[in-house]
Amino acid sequence: MRNIQSKSSPFRDLLQNLTPTAIICLSILIILIVLAIAAPWVSPYQPTEILTDESYHLMSDSMLLGGDYLGRDIASRLIYGLQITLGVTFVVTVLAFFTGCLLGFLAAVLGGIFDTLLSRVIDALIALPAIMIALIVIASLGSSLPVLIVTLALIDSTRVFRIARALAMNIVASDYVEAARVRGEGLKWIIWHEILPNALGPLAAEFGIRFTYTILFMSALGFLGLGMQPPHADLGLLIRENMQGLLFGSYAPLYPALAISLITITINIFIDWYLQQLDSALPSEF
Amino acid sequence: MDLPLIVIRRMAIGVVTVLVVSLLVFAGTELLPGDVAQAILGPGATPESIANIRARLGLDQAAHIRYMHWFGNLLHGDMGTSLVSGREISVLIAERSSNTFLLAGVTALVAVPLSVLLGLIASTRPNGRIDKTISAITLTLISIPDFLVAVILVSIFSVQLGWLPALSTIRPDSNFLELARMLVLPVTALSFTVIAHMARMTRTAVLNELTSPAIEMAILKGVPKSRLLLVHALSNAIAPIVNVIALNLAYLISGVVVIETLFNINGLGKLMVDAVTTRDIPLVQGCAMLFCAVYVLLNLFADTISIVANPRIRHPK
Repeated sequence: MRNIQSKSSPFRDLLQNLTPTAIICLSILIILIVLAIAAPWVSPYQPTEILTDESYHLMSDSMLLGGDYLGRDIASRLIYGLQITLGVTFVVTVLAFFTGCLLGFLAAVLGGIFDTLLSRVIDALIALPAIMIALIVIASLGSSLPVLIVTLALIDSTRVFRIARALAMNIVASDYVEAARVRGEGLKWIIWHEILPNALGPLAAEFGIRFTYTILFMSALGFLGLGMQPPHADLGLLIRENMQGLLFGSYAPLYPALAISLITITINIFIDWYLQQLDSALPSEF
Repeated sequence: MDLPLIVIRRMAIGVVTVLVVSLLVFAGTELLPGDVAQAILGPGATPESIANIRARLGLDQAAHIRYMHWFGNLLHGDMGTSLVSGREISVLIAERSSNTFLLAGVTALVAVPLSVLLGLIASTRPNGRIDKTISAITLTLISIPDFLVAVILVSIFSVQLGWLPALSTIRPDSNFLELARMLVLPVTALSFTVIAHMARMTRTAVLNELTSPAIEMAILKGVPKSRLLLVHALSNAIAPIVNVIALNLAYLISGVVVIETLFNINGLGKLMVDAVTTRDIPLVQGCAMLFCAVYVLLNLFADTISIVANPRIRHPK
């Protein structure tokens, strides 16, 4: 995208079409991300610090959202949980996109036996429900941060591979790629300068979709007690830890659940807006 | 190719897929570097006791021999014994599966008609007020994890109002009324996400159909709108809709695992999660095979329906 000379960049066009809903979603997301990054400075206490020996301490000035079952500050645990969930999800999605796109583009450009073999393997993996893959791997390796990241990235990359391959297939069939090939451009050049820039729009939307999917999936694993291990907690594990609190009239499990939903809803609405922009940016057939 | 041949071919692909899935499940649990014997005995195990357990589990044999042995037994319905409880896995699964099928079945009965109806209503006036409302609600519901729905439902109906139980421990002697009361919250929590997905996809399928030349012809002929939608568009959209339903029922599998754990329903999902927590590998293999086989079969069923419903394949030139 470096070579664009025209004065109106697609990015600026996009910014000009921001609707109020899109602006609200974007602001919420930015606030959450800043909160996650700045966790050590904004959280009132250490997330693992036990402040009182009373379970499910009520909301007070010193504990804004109250205490959890061990007497730890819920607000602090929530901010750190946000950091873990967003951080892990980001790493997972980037990893999945890197491998998925690279293999998908290669499969589309190279074709032949490479494409057939790779596609069959991915088909077999997609024939398994994602949660089964995760449960099988965690059963045999135990749950740890590296296992979690690699497993989630593997599951995501199979889905990314399919989309990247389909997008690249269309682009490879176009005249300008044919022209580049005739010109004698190498594989690397075609992938970087022809396929990637043209696939970037739809891939960006897919990045958002995979991101929300990974957050929900990771939270489900955390909730099952098979994700992050205590004392560190992602948002899913925070719900699990405090489920009993509901019976004592505490809303402790509600906050992390709401945080998860807030992230996924805003991303989904934002993608919805983005896809509409993408559609209207395409030249109409009529 | 004529229809029976295509369907038989698709079935054959399904059988091959189940075979590949069994290979993957086996490979995932047996070939990954984690040592099962070590996991069972814990860090304090002596080398002799580990060797002992490895011999007892047959872990000292080559991987492909173990796979053949395992898969052969699986075909006879013998899944081995649980490492933790020592009971037969097939018996454990048989005991638990009825609860899971009850939960998934009731959810499907509630969710399928409701979502098809919502999708149809939304597609009567695309981009009208009703359509936009349904679309906004379903988009929100898709983004909400089923455990949030469950947590909210429990805090309202169990904790605040005290109408329904927060835990649904189904016992064999539970009578119908108890069963119904226990199922309301889990079924509602499961239905929300599934309904949202299915309604959106139904709408897309019907709208796709409404833009086809055949429908344009019907409009020009002066077919009334209700008949247009229910007879012309719906009959052609049945294949994609059935596809959507089957895919979402497959999606229920992961929902079931979470919801069973949350409501403490002793079904297959909870059985498997407990097996993963205690690293009871044979039990994990058994449950995973069952879940995956159901998933593959549902997808196979959806594919077959859309093949059979496609008039181009049904009436070849």
